[in-house]
Amino acid sequence: MNFWIIQGLNGLAFGSLLFILASGFSLIFGLMRIVNLSHGAYFMLGAYVGLSAIEAGVNFWIAILIGGGAICILGGVLERFILRRLTGQPLAQVLVTLGIAFIIADTCVWIWTGDPRPVPMPSELTGAFRISHLAFPIYRLFVIGVAFALAATLWFLLERSRLGAMIRAGVDDLPMARAMGIRTSLLFTVVFCLGSALAGAGGVLAGPILSVYPGLDTDMLPLALVVVILGGVGSLLGAFIGSLIIGFIYSYGQALFPDLAYVILFLPMVLVLTLRPTGLFGRQAI
Amino acid sequence: MDTDALTIDGLNAFYGESHVLHDLSFSVKKGHVLGLLGRNGAGKTTCISAIMGLVKAKATRVDLFGQSITGLSPEAISLRGVGLVPQGRRIFPSLTVYENLTVAARRGRSDHGSNWGLEQVYATFPRLQERQRQLAGSLSGGEQQMLAICRALMTNPRVVLFDEPSEGLAPQIVAEVAVVLKKLRDSGLSIILVEQNIKLALDIADEVVVLNTGYVAHAGGADSLRSNDRLVEQLLGVY
Repeated sequence: MNFWIIQGLNGLAFGSLLFILASGFSLIFGLMRIVNLSHGAYFMLGAYVGLSAIEAGVNFWIAILIGGGAICILGGVLERFILRRLTGQPLAQVLVTLGIAFIIADTCVWIWTGDPRPVPMPSELTGAFRISHLAFPIYRLFVIGVAFALAATLWFLLERSRLGAMIRAGVDDLPMARAMGIRTSLLFTVVFCLGSALAGAGGVLAGPILSVYPGLDTDMLPLALVVVILGGVGSLLGAFIGSLIIGFIYSYGQALFPDLAYVILFLPMVLVLTLRPTGLFGRQAI
Repeated sequence: MDTDALTIDGLNAFYGESHVLHDLSFSVKKGHVLGLLGRNGAGKTTCISAIMGLVKAKATRVDLFGQSITGLSPEAISLRGVGLVPQGRRIFPSLTVYENLTVAARRGRSDHGSNWGLEQVYATFPRLQERQRQLAGSLSGGEQQMLAICRALMTNPRVVLFDEPSEGLAPQIVAEVAVVLKKLRDSGLSIILVEQNIKLALDIADEVVVLNTGYVAHAGGADSLRSNDRLVEQLLGVY
């Protein structure tokens, strides 16, 4: 019984990290039709930047802002100056984002070497939370809380603000949104920066749980892809539910069938793509 | 009073290799309705999309009240005062009625009288106010058409392009659309009206341009067609 509860909480914590990564990925995909294959690299680079900030003596919370802010700027520059020129050329966009992912990955090895680096936990969140004989790290509970708060904030931004309505209008019918005078070019940059910032900040937040290591990017990116395909492109609810499902599958799968972890992760994606190409909550097929 | 609201000069459009609009030239006067007619595939919707900047086109000149909007992006053209009520309505289905209106909302210009905002739209179309919290995708066809018209009005345009506003609507709703169009014309708005419903178009239009396979086949006052059934038959093959 304890096993199920602890692994469930682990799954919830991992799903929370996935949501922070995948929500931005899904919004970018849904609005701009860009499969941003450098999103995993943003996550890793954010974690490294945050780590360096912490090692330079910066407080953990500020380090999250620095990691998120750095990737936000990087994403904005790449969107404005590279992806913008490739509008309407999906294959070129995929290749460019893949290339950027490789460049970031190599640069990270060059700067931070190939050794895995643990990111120190903020001292106020060390220790475990105990109920009777169950113990669970407080930091993971905190991460779960952050993801739920983020989900609520993003929901409010998307569903209750005029900016959010404009973004959804762009997802619904981009040419019509433009013909109504909505400055979609500005929206694209805002959404891309937001998604990038979330990836970067998510990387720092994940550091104390996952550590940072070369390959963290390629470990996380396929999971974000699965989440978005499972949940439905451009759907916030889809990204949320998808993240939790994949978090649980990952956690229980790793514990119960460690040899089949990828089968259990990617089989649902294959099934969803075949049987319901719009995903669980999406409107448009991939 | 005879200023040109929208002038199109030498408009050419292409879909890939095929040349679909050939040197179209016409203009709409301020406060007038220009009926843009033609059989299916004559290029009417392409012409509207080209004016709006939604399809790549080459034009010697597209002027809005004397200022060039040639080659601008759709959002820039919208911001300068061209409104679009597109074919098939194309309201944003996953937004509420209220959101469909507010995403398009823009303050009116000082240089013309009407100033459309939520209050004015709701006062004119109380039905939309009743449904403001509903998803636009769940509205009936007629309601969606009214919403598409109001969405364009919320941008406070100087010229509105209507692309087949009566398409797929019950006769009673078509009559309502006609009333709205007349009201808008009387308020001083300039309108380009694409219509398959020739009776409706001739009822409202001041001038007509008839397209045939991408060329202007006929242009003149609406009377030139109203009084000449044989010409209508020859140009449009209806009646």
